Amino acid sequence: MAGKTLYDKLWDSHLVKEREDGSSIIYIDRQLLHEVTSPQAFEGLRVAGRKPWRLDANLATPDHNVQTTDRSGGVAAIVDKVSRIQVTTLDDNCDDFGVLEFKMGDPRQGIVHVVGPEQGATLPGMTVVCGDSHTSTHGAFGALAHGIGTSEVEHVLATQTLIQKKMKNMLVRVNGSVKQGITGKDIVLAIIGEMGTAGGTGYAIEFGGDAIKALSMEGRMTVCNMAIEAGARAGMIAVDQTTIDYVKGRPFAPKGELWDAAVANWSELNSDVDSVFDEIIEIDGAAIIPQVTWGTSPEMVLPVDGILPDPINEKDEVKKEGIERALSYMGLKAGMSIKDIHIDSVFIGSCTNSRIEDLRAAAEVVNGKTISDRISQALIVPGSGLIKLQAEKEGLDKIFTDAGFEWREPGCSMCLAMNADKLESGKHCAATSNRNFEGRQGFGGRTHLVSPAMAAAAALAGHFVDIREVELTKFAQA
Amino acid sequence: MRKFNQLTGIVTPLDRANIDTDMIIPKQFLKSIKRTGFGKNLFDELRYMDEGQADQSCEDRPLNKDFELNQARYAGSNILLSRKNFGCGSSREHAPWALDDYGFRCVIAPSFADIFFNNCFKNGLLPIVLSEEIVEQLFQGVFANEGYQLDIDLVSQTVKTPNGESYSFEVDEFRKHCLINGLDEIGVTLNDVDAITAYEEKRRQQTPWLFDAISTLGS
Repeated sequence: MAGKTLYDKLWDSHLVKEREDGSSIIYIDRQLLHEVTSPQAFEGLRVAGRKPWRLDANLATPDHNVQTTDRSGGVAAIVDKVSRIQVTTLDDNCDDFGVLEFKMGDPRQGIVHVVGPEQGATLPGMTVVCGDSHTSTHGAFGALAHGIGTSEVEHVLATQTLIQKKMKNMLVRVNGSVKQGITGKDIVLAIIGEMGTAGGTGYAIEFGGDAIKALSMEGRMTVCNMAIEAGARAGMIAVDQTTIDYVKGRPFAPKGELWDAAVANWSELNSDVDSVFDEIIEIDGAAIIPQVTWGTSPEMVLPVDGILPDPINEKDEVKKEGIERALSYMGLKAGMSIKDIHIDSVFIGSCTNSRIEDLRAAAEVVNGKTISDRISQALIVPGSGLIKLQAEKEGLDKIFTDAGFEWREPGCSMCLAMNADKLESGKHCAATSNRNFEGRQGFGGRTHLVSPAMAAAAALAGHFVDIREVELTKFAQA
Repeated sequence: MRKFNQLTGIVTPLDRANIDTDMIIPKQFLKSIKRTGFGKNLFDELRYMDEGQADQSCEDRPLNKDFELNQARYAGSNILLSRKNFGCGSSREHAPWALDDYGFRCVIAPSFADIFFNNCFKNGLLPIVLSEEIVEQLFQGVFANEGYQLDIDLVSQTVKTPNGESYSFEVDEFRKHCLINGLDEIGVTLNDVDAITAYEEKRRQQTPWLFDAISTLGS
């Protein structure tokens, strides 16, 4: 009999029951909650007279609607009334039901997918869900993690389970080692460019290979975060020493004897050598060069030395129209080179790239320099209050503000512009976030997805440049 | 949940691939804490010429006359026809809520994104996968004939065209059962409360570090 993949193991260890109709009841170890996709779920519990099944499985924090400017006025100072109501509703629901919440003003508040791992609330071997598609981030810990809808949020609150059908297994193996300056973001964008945005639909993707193993946990989270952009609900990476070192000592991680037992248990969290995948994709890590999206879907991505496609050369009618529409929306011309795209705005943040390593990488580029005159807004939005404090301890905030960036409070911010941080219509933004859909960062806004270092370099130059040709300035870390 | 058995209705064509959930319902409308009222903002950026705001009346907003939802021939439609990878992107259940609130009961496409597909069934909305060739034929039928209608029968799992062609589609047995009977999925799951409790006890023995950490620190 063939061995098991990591996904097979996680599935089997959470299987409560296989039902006669072919669906399965899967146990959920952790649910993360935020203000946008939870209010109707809590309301559903109330209406049905149900209580949360297991309070200690849940952790909440507001992130999508919170202001990233001065917070001294608290929730009451959120200008947009509907945003304020949504944050207040989360606070009220967590208080009423007894769910632990890191409220605005708590230094542990932040983007839910940054906070979970940072606190050790995300652990290897868990099932992790959240009403947010970027829940795939947590798969970086050898966990089965995916986004769910609000009805499922309610289902997990009420039953601690989900009704699921097993997905298929896919392995994306990034072989060899990547070149200097290539990050997890470039790797995952290159993968999406190869697979397409629907290439992973129906699959759980395991990312493997030497280039993945060489990544830090921050880099691995960036890769798994964007599995959904390749169509896969869940992305995951096997547990190794890098994983265990990251988890050790975090507030909700096990301690003492429990820690030893947990580490022994986690050593199983990898795919057996004789396991069978339904699909294997091989990527040459050494061939990846810095990636920049040019269009309105993450699959519309090119290497920084690339040339924008001409729809005339596309035979598939639907794709051809897609390219035409994207060029028109983005205000770009077929045949122009990526490096000639001018940038008006820069956003460094989001659940994809707002961790301390991301901020350090951007600071290395920016240190001692100033942003281009044509940049009207350049935001740095740390993923959590603790990351913000750490960065300030290292002096990164000063490097950024000296260069002309705004140093903000933690939240989702301009990744999806549900708060006041919006990209202006017609403006081009170098963004470290995850989606370049029409209007995503603001009505009429034009998003280009890149790594933090590439975004920082574009801020200095006013257009895209190859980060491999940029001089980096190391700084003393506190 | 509302039951779904049979449906006859006018088809609205949305001739694009990769319709994402940001497009179906833009972020400014996700701030509502209710499940209803999203219909007027369905496809807001495609449907109106201006930038829509939450809590705004849409009655006097300038319409994009080229957009299908604004064309008289598709008025009263309850079936949406589109291209592959429909519903990709954000997991927001506001997308099916908006489609439902507008009046759509069924979406037909060659493929759907997983989370959106799943969310539809929780809201009495039927997503149907048909091959690219059949979807292309349906598009041609809709474009050529004003008032083009389809008959959808979930019980027999068929889509019938005005010309009498009949196409069968797949649907999970459990999802079909829930749709046809309008079942509350939580109620169905809680029939297995003993199995869940037994599993949980075993898990607590085997992996005790997954329990209680948050409540003890959080209190």
